Amino acid sequence: MSDSDPVADAGFDEWLAAAAEGDAYYLECANGHGSLPPRRVCPDCGSTDIAEVELPETGEIRTVTVTHVPTPAFEDDAPYATAVVDFGPVRLTGQVVGIDVEDVETGLTVALEITTAETTGDRVIGLRPV
Amino acid sequence: MSDVRVAGTGLTSFGNSPERTSRDLFAEATITAFEESGVPRDDVEAVLYGNFMGELSEHQGHQGPLMAEAAGVQAPATRYESACASSGTAVREAVKRIRTGENDVVLVGGAERMTNLGTAGATEALAIAADDLWEVRAGVTFPGAYALMAQAYFDAFGGEHEDLAHIAVKNHENALSNDKAQYQRAIEVSDVLEAPPVSEPLGLYDACPISDGASALVLTSEAYAEDHDLEAPVAITGTGQGGDRMALHDREHLARSPAAREAGAEAYADAGVDAGDVDFAEVHDCFTIAEVLALEALDLEPIGEGISAARDGRTTADGETPINLSGGLKAKGHPVGATGASQIAEVTELLAGHHPNSDHVADATTAVAHNAGGTVASATVHVLEVDR
Repeated sequence: MSDSDPVADAGFDEWLAAAAEGDAYYLECANGHGSLPPRRVCPDCGSTDIAEVELPETGEIRTVTVTHVPTPAFEDDAPYATAVVDFGPVRLTGQVVGIDVEDVETGLTVALEITTAETTGDRVIGLRPV
Repeated sequence: MSDVRVAGTGLTSFGNSPERTSRDLFAEATITAFEESGVPRDDVEAVLYGNFMGELSEHQGHQGPLMAEAAGVQAPATRYESACASSGTAVREAVKRIRTGENDVVLVGGAERMTNLGTAGATEALAIAADDLWEVRAGVTFPGAYALMAQAYFDAFGGEHEDLAHIAVKNHENALSNDKAQYQRAIEVSDVLEAPPVSEPLGLYDACPISDGASALVLTSEAYAEDHDLEAPVAITGTGQGGDRMALHDREHLARSPAAREAGAEAYADAGVDAGDVDFAEVHDCFTIAEVLALEALDLEPIGEGISAARDGRTTADGETPINLSGGLKAKGHPVGATGASQIAEVTELLAGHHPNSDHVADATTAVAHNAGGTVASATVHVLEVDR
């Protein structure tokens, strides 16, 4: 590979690819604690017995903000709604899509949908109300 | 446990000086601290220096020796990086070194050069204190993360933007007499409510500014201060540190800061005081909501009630427990790596009666400094007491 080739973030990029195919998962340790990859050790209990488990299809928004002043990587995306969502034993932070940003509120049910950032074309964790 | 004396403090003005290097800023702060302390540079046995974004803003790693050199000190030097709690953690390590007898005199402080990055660049640099994979790549900024906490707080306990606005108004008011402050300008509640939104519900006036600046403290053992007849009436009598999961979404309650609670409890126990003994505090108000979370974590307000503290006058300069008499990060400014040690400097001056706002706390004996990193995955708390 040349120096200019992008290098993947092992664990994370595989997760994004799987999620884009509708096969999102989380990690569960032997004691039932959920976490996100890449992960060798459970952050809750130190268990190294970790397996991939299918992510629930929908989750509930726990809190949300509409960001008007982004980092340069999201310059053309603003304003956008960022939400923290409960997906069973794990939470994800993502951008709420397919709805007017001002209508996004706590308690809304959403499904994971990997989208693309307008500014960079990079994949972004998206959340679509169902 | 022996106390640690604050022999000298030094601060640059906080504000907008994009052309000034952090080595120049830190040098200025140390000159003041050494002059005030009466401690010769030769007696310094270690330099502990807090800095967060030096690689990004100045293309400079390995800053410890650079800063010792800037201060004119020949001693081993280490940089501490814990995001916005960088110099809080440096102060804590200095306290531990002095207490164990490893060192008698430590130079500790921090600096940050930020405004040369511009608003977008500084926003990007600050964001690296969050989880890059799971937060930043989803568009989380620091104002955004605190906005998520503010919304979670409103949903859990009630409150509204106007409550937060009173915190900004109070801290601007406190900064009016602080010549080192970035904003010496009074604002009204309506200014906060009508300001452009940054990350809703937070607007421009809910956020601390982007700042350049430095802080320095000369800390000594009790024995050194006595042997050298130092004028050092203020001591650090308690230190605590707490930690938490990196990403906000992994925090059980999105509107609480358990790391700060842990740090506060440890610092109180270490000093042999409790929250009821605290006469005033400097807390890490990077955003208005952060002051609320800090007050509750430190048990200065019950959970769910900190939101009304400024609006109801409990934390104003003439209130029961004045908070951020320096102006706080909000009005004094927040040169990230300098902030933790600068809070110790402000508390020291307030307790010693040398601060423009000392009259508001003339009988105070006990005060607290609370410094937080990230969405409070790192926190340090220090208790300071004055000989009366």
